[in-house]
Order: sequence, then C-alpha cells, then structure tokens
Amino acid sequence: MSEEPTPERALPGAAAWMRVVAPTVIAFLFLGAWEAVVRVNGIPHYILPGPLLVGQTLLKDWGTLSTSLLITLKITFMALSVAAVLGLALAVLFAQSRIIEMSLFPFAVILQVTPIVAIAPLIIIWVNDVTLSLLICAWIVAFFPILSNTTVGLNSADHNLIDLFRLYRANRWQVLVRLLLPSALPYFLAGLRISGGLALIGAIVAEFVAGTGGSASGLAYRILEAGYQLQIPRMFAALVLVSGTGIAIFLALTLLSHLLLRKWHESAMGRGDRR
Amino acid sequence: MTPTRPLVALRGVAKRYATGTLALTGIDLDILPGDFVALLGPSGCGKSTLLRILAGLSGPTGGTIDWPGATHDAAGDPQRDIGFVFQEPTLMPWATVMRNVTLPLELAGVKRSEAEDRAAEWLARVELKGFERAYPRALSGGMRMRVSIARALVTRPRLLLMDEPFAALDEITRFRLNNDLLQLWEAERFTVVFVTHSVFESVFLAQRIVVMAPRPGRIAEEIAVEAPTPRGEEFRTSPDYAAQCRTVSHALSRAMAPAA
Repeated sequence: MSEEPTPERALPGAAAWMRVVAPTVIAFLFLGAWEAVVRVNGIPHYILPGPLLVGQTLLKDWGTLSTSLLITLKITFMALSVAAVLGLALAVLFAQSRIIEMSLFPFAVILQVTPIVAIAPLIIIWVNDVTLSLLICAWIVAFFPILSNTTVGLNSADHNLIDLFRLYRANRWQVLVRLLLPSALPYFLAGLRISGGLALIGAIVAEFVAGTGGSASGLAYRILEAGYQLQIPRMFAALVLVSGTGIAIFLALTLLSHLLLRKWHESAMGRGDRR
Repeated sequence: MTPTRPLVALRGVAKRYATGTLALTGIDLDILPGDFVALLGPSGCGKSTLLRILAGLSGPTGGTIDWPGATHDAAGDPQRDIGFVFQEPTLMPWATVMRNVTLPLELAGVKRSEAEDRAAEWLARVELKGFERAYPRALSGGMRMRVSIARALVTRPRLLLMDEPFAALDEITRFRLNNDLLQLWEAERFTVVFVTHSVFESVFLAQRIVVMAPRPGRIAEEIAVEAPTPRGEEFRTSPDYAAQCRTVSHALSRAMAPAA
C-alpha cells in the first residue's frame, strides 16, 4: 500500500532523558566548584557567599522574600495578560485594515525601542499609583513581541486556503475565526513565550527605578535593600528567586504552547535529538 | 455545436496582468453539463489562470463568461456552485479530517450534525472511513488529496475544478487516484474541468481535451477522447490508449511550436 499514514517521528527515550540529566549534572558541577572555591580561599560571605549559605538564607528569609515574590509575580502576570489581550486585539485590527496597520505600527516600534530604564522614571512620576506605574512599565516591554508575532501570523495564512474561503463566500468573521486566528496561534504563542520573560524583566527594572520600600515591595527592592545593608547572601537568594521565576514562566508557557499545538504543528512535534 | 445548454460559456475571454503580460487571449469554450474537460498545456499557457477565472477567484480583463443555468445573487454575481481542488491538498492543519471536509457546509450555515453525516458519506466514498478524527499531518500525500477531493464534493457542486491535483504524487498513487476519480465521476456525473500537463493523464481521464498554447495563452486544439465506459486499467494498457496519447502529444507539439 502506498497510502499508509506516515509513522510519527519517535522521540528516542535516551535522548529525552539526556535533555534533563545533562544540564542537571552541569548545574551540580558548577555549584560544587563554586562552594569549593569559596571554602578553599576563605572568601568572606559579604563578597561572595557559597551556594549552601544562599540556600540557607533563602529558607531563613522565606517570609519576607515570598511576600516580595508574590508582589513581583502579580505585576508580571497582570502585565503579561494585558499585553496578550491588547497585542492580540491590535494585531487583529491590523489584519482587518492595512491603513490602520501602516498608521499605528511605527508607534509600536517606538514603544519597543525606547529603553524602559529611560522612561520608567517618567512613568513613575506621572502615574500616582505605584502598582499601576510598575504595571505600565512591564506591559510596555512585554507588548511588542506579542503584537509583532501575531501580526506576522495573521498575515501568513495559506493563500490557497484564503481562496477557498472566498470561493465558499465566507464572511470576514468566518475567515478571522476559522482561518486567520488558527494560522496565527503558533506565532502568538511564540511571542507569548518571549514576552513572559520580558514582563518579569520589565517589572524588576521598574521596581529598581521606583525603589519603593515598605511591606508592599517586590524582589527588586529586596535586592537593593540587601545591597545597601551588605547582606550579600540575601541578595543572592532574591536573585535566585528572580531567575527561578523566569525559568518557571518560560517552562509554563512552553508547556501551554505544546499542549495547544501538539496535535498539528511542526514546532510541537517530537524533535528527537535535533539541535 | 451541441443543442445542450452549456453550464458555462466563455467568449473571447482574455486576461492581462497588471504587469502588462497577456496571460490569456481569445478563449472560446463551452463547458457542457456532465462533461470531463482536461485543459492540457505546458507551464505558462494560462491553464491555471483560466481555472481561477472559472472559479471567480480572478476576473477576466476581456470577453464574457455566462452561466446560463445559474441564478444570480443581489450583486449580479452568478451562483457558480463549484468545488475546487488545488495542486496542494490545502487542508487546515489544525482541524481533523472531518472538520476539514465539513468546512464548506459549515461556512454555508449547514447544521453541524447534518454536515458531519454528509462529510462521513464522502469520506467513505474516497476510502477514508476510519480517518475522520485524524489530523492531516498523520496522512500520506495521497490520503490528503483524497480529503481535499471529499471536501470539494461534499457540497455536491455542479462543477468541479481541479488544478493539477495529482502532479506532486508518486505514479502508483496517481494511477489509483485517477481510477477512483473516474469512478466517482461515472457514478455522479458532476462536470469536471481538470488542469494537467500530462498527456497520459488527460487521455485517461477526459472526454474532451483542450490543448492550450503559451505566450499568450490560447486554445490551440480540442480533441475528443474515444474510450469505453467505464475506463479502467485495461484501457490504460490498450493500443487504443497509446494511439490517442500519440495524437494528443502531436497536437501539443504543434501548439508549442513557434507560430509559423
């Protein structure tokens, strides 16, 4: 038979395991070397704390740090959600009218290329509410990848399929919902993955600039505060939380993308040991 | 000249692209109900352009196209009632085989349950029963093309337009799909306009072969194919088939020779 379905590309079991095991081994080697260097050379902990001390500090200060983590997370996710909704909505608007796209896209680019560190102070001055100003900063950074990716995705629908929809006299709404949005989904998700990390960076940068103290302050403020007080282990602990959050956001969005695309899109198929 | 009223009548149809290239000129062609017409020609002879004009996807820059039997909508556009099969299967990768085939019905507002019943019937007729819930990427090229044919026929169109649908398939798969398409046509007698650059395919499938010449695209000759019904593998291997292929091949060579 010449028409049997093509077998799915199998992900070799060994290769799948190596993707987790190999970086884990490297991480432990690195941490071990770090601890050894600190101990052998007797480096004081206010210059460079060892990973064990950082871990202990993380546990000891968990109360303060976790409160700050929640605040930073809240800003990050709100910014990402608003960026996703507005980015998608604006991209759909662009897809409906070339003139709207031509008139607005340059301003989206301006928003993207202006360094957030440079405009954050202005936003913090203009907006009275601190949370809102942080949210705006994080949103500005997270917005563009979603908008530009989704715009590309909406424009990349198969031309023959567009003809087919025309042939069957589909209306604008049917074309958008049944053809353009599904075509754009992989692009949107790729944009979301980039923006997830950027929203966190935006939130942290804005917190640094705002530098607000008190109980309602995020991880960036904990890093600043620890720096002033020369509590370097605590600074590292906060840093670990920031990186960990970034990694967790990336993994969560990768999983989301995989779940939504695994049935049909090349990017979510087994890649084996390619790369 | 036949007394039968044609499904579509083209008179002096021409197409000049915005770039100035003349793609088609002086096309006079009647498509009769139940006919199987092959448009045969080398690349650049405008056969795909002609098909797109028939589909209404592209407007002619000259001449007239009449749909004598068709009703016209408010905008004066004829209800063409066609199915289209592209060179690529052109399926929606995010939708199952079933959803791909129900698409034309759902776009027309047919209830989903009824659409599924009708799609299931056509999937069975193209020998894809059991693959309703599969996604296109799990299917071979030939199976994807079968889905595409089922989607084109599910609305029971009066005119089926096919643009080199089997050109990208291997020969064995192409032969099978040729046989199956002929069987469907003999059973249903929808009208087919089939674009191809293969002499063998056109003689095997068509009742009438329209040989086209390039630069500018025009009709060079029309050749009627004489063959028993139903056609099958015996016809493909008969001396009669070989003789007609030779005739058509010569006509194609004449069409491609520089104008004397």
